Amino acid sequence: MSHDHDHDDHHHHDNHFSPMEARVRALETILTKKGLIDPKAIDVIVETYETKVGPRNGARVVAKAWAEPDFADWLKRDATAAIASLGYTGRQGEHMRAVFNDGETHNLVVCTLCSCYPWSVLGLPPVWYKAPAYRSRAVMDPRGVLAEFGVILPEARKIRVWDSTAELRYLVVPERPTGTDGLDQDALADLVTRDSMIGTGLALVPEARP
Amino acid sequence: MNGPHDLGGQHGFGPVAPEQDEPVFHGEWEKRALGVTLACGAFGAWNIDESRHARENIPPATYLSASYYEIWIRALETLLQRHGFVSAAELAEGHMLEKGAAPKRILTADMVPAVLAKGGPCDRPVAAAPRFAAGARVRTRNFNPATHTRLPRYARGKVGAVEAVQGFFVFADDNAHGRGENPQWLYTVVFDGAEIWGEGAAPGLTVSIDAWESYLEPV
Repeated sequence: MSHDHDHDDHHHHDNHFSPMEARVRALETILTKKGLIDPKAIDVIVETYETKVGPRNGARVVAKAWAEPDFADWLKRDATAAIASLGYTGRQGEHMRAVFNDGETHNLVVCTLCSCYPWSVLGLPPVWYKAPAYRSRAVMDPRGVLAEFGVILPEARKIRVWDSTAELRYLVVPERPTGTDGLDQDALADLVTRDSMIGTGLALVPEARP
Repeated sequence: MNGPHDLGGQHGFGPVAPEQDEPVFHGEWEKRALGVTLACGAFGAWNIDESRHARENIPPATYLSASYYEIWIRALETLLQRHGFVSAAELAEGHMLEKGAAPKRILTADMVPAVLAKGGPCDRPVAAAPRFAAGARVRTRNFNPATHTRLPRYARGKVGAVEAVQGFFVFADDNAHGRGENPQWLYTVVFDGAEIWGEGAAPGLTVSIDAWESYLEPV
C-alpha cells in the first residue's frame, strides 16, 4: 500500500515532478535559452492577474451602474467606453457589452467553443468556466446548471444565454438587491460576486441589521 | 472544424463542479503556462484565431481530458514548431539544440503593462454596408468545414433574429489560416430555445451567438 500511497501523492499535489510542471518548465527553459522570452515578463504577467486585474474591477462597474443611472445608460450604450472610464481596458476586454438582469430576464454567459471571458473586468476565468460540463450544458440546460450553483430562479423568469463566439466579451449586471438604498458604492461593490457577473450567481443580500 | 472544442449541447460531462474559494492558479506551472503563452503570442508570428485552431486540433481524447492550461501548452508547442521557433527534437529532449526563427518582437518585462492594457482590438474600419439590420430574420448556414469556424454546430441551419449590428470585425475563419483578416459585419443573432433544441427545449430560453455576415442568409 505504501507504494500506492506514493503514487497518489504524486497525482494529488502540484509538485515539481508532475508531467505538466516538467513540460512547461522545459519549454520555458528552451525559449529563455534562445532569448525568445524574458522570464521577468512572465512574472509581471502573473502578478498582474494575481493582484491587479480581477473581479473587483467588474464589481466596481456594477456598483457604479446601480448607483448612477447616467452611468448605467452609458454602460448599456457603450460598455467598452464606460468601463474604460474606470481604467479597466485591454486584453480580452477590448470589445465589451454589458447585459442587465431584470425581473423578466436572467442573463448567463458562456463560451461553448473555448474560454472567452472578460479578463479586464473579471480577471482569469475559473476552471469550471473552461471545462466541458459548463460549456456543454449552459446553452441547453441553464436551469440545471444554475441549480448546481445554488441558484433557483422563479419559473416565469426568462433565461438568455450569451455564447461568446466572436470577440465581444459580456459582463452581466445583476439586479440590485433590495435593502441597499443607504449603501455607498464601495459597500455595494462588496455585494457583487464574480459569479453574479457571469450569470451563475446573484448579487449578495446585505446582512439584516439587528 | 467539428472538433472536441465544440461542446454546446453535448451530454455526458456530468455536473458543473465549482470550487469554493478557487485560487487564481492551481500551481506554479499554471502561472508559467499563462505567461509563456502570452509572451510567445507577442512574437507576432500568429494571431488569436490561429492559436484557437491549434487548440481545437488537439485529438479529442486528449482535449477532453486535459486542463485548459494543458490545452494551451500543447497548442503552443504546435505553433512554436510550425513557425520555426522550436523543433520537435528540442521538445523531446527538453533543451535547446539550434537557434531557430527570430520573432518580430520579444516581450520584455517593461513592456508588459502597456501590452496588456492595450490588448488586441479586432474591429476594423468599415468597408461595406451591413446586409442586415436589427430585427431581420436570418438563417445560419449549414456547413461543416474541416477548417476553423466560430459558428457552433448547435447553431447551424437555424432561424433567428438579428438583435444588434455589432461592428466590422476580423473574420476568424479566414484569419486562422493566413488568408487575411477579411473583416465583415458581426451581428448578435438570437434564437428561441425550441429552434435549437426542438422537443423538450427549456421553456423561456433564448440563446444568442455573435455571427459574421457570411454565416447568415436572409429568410
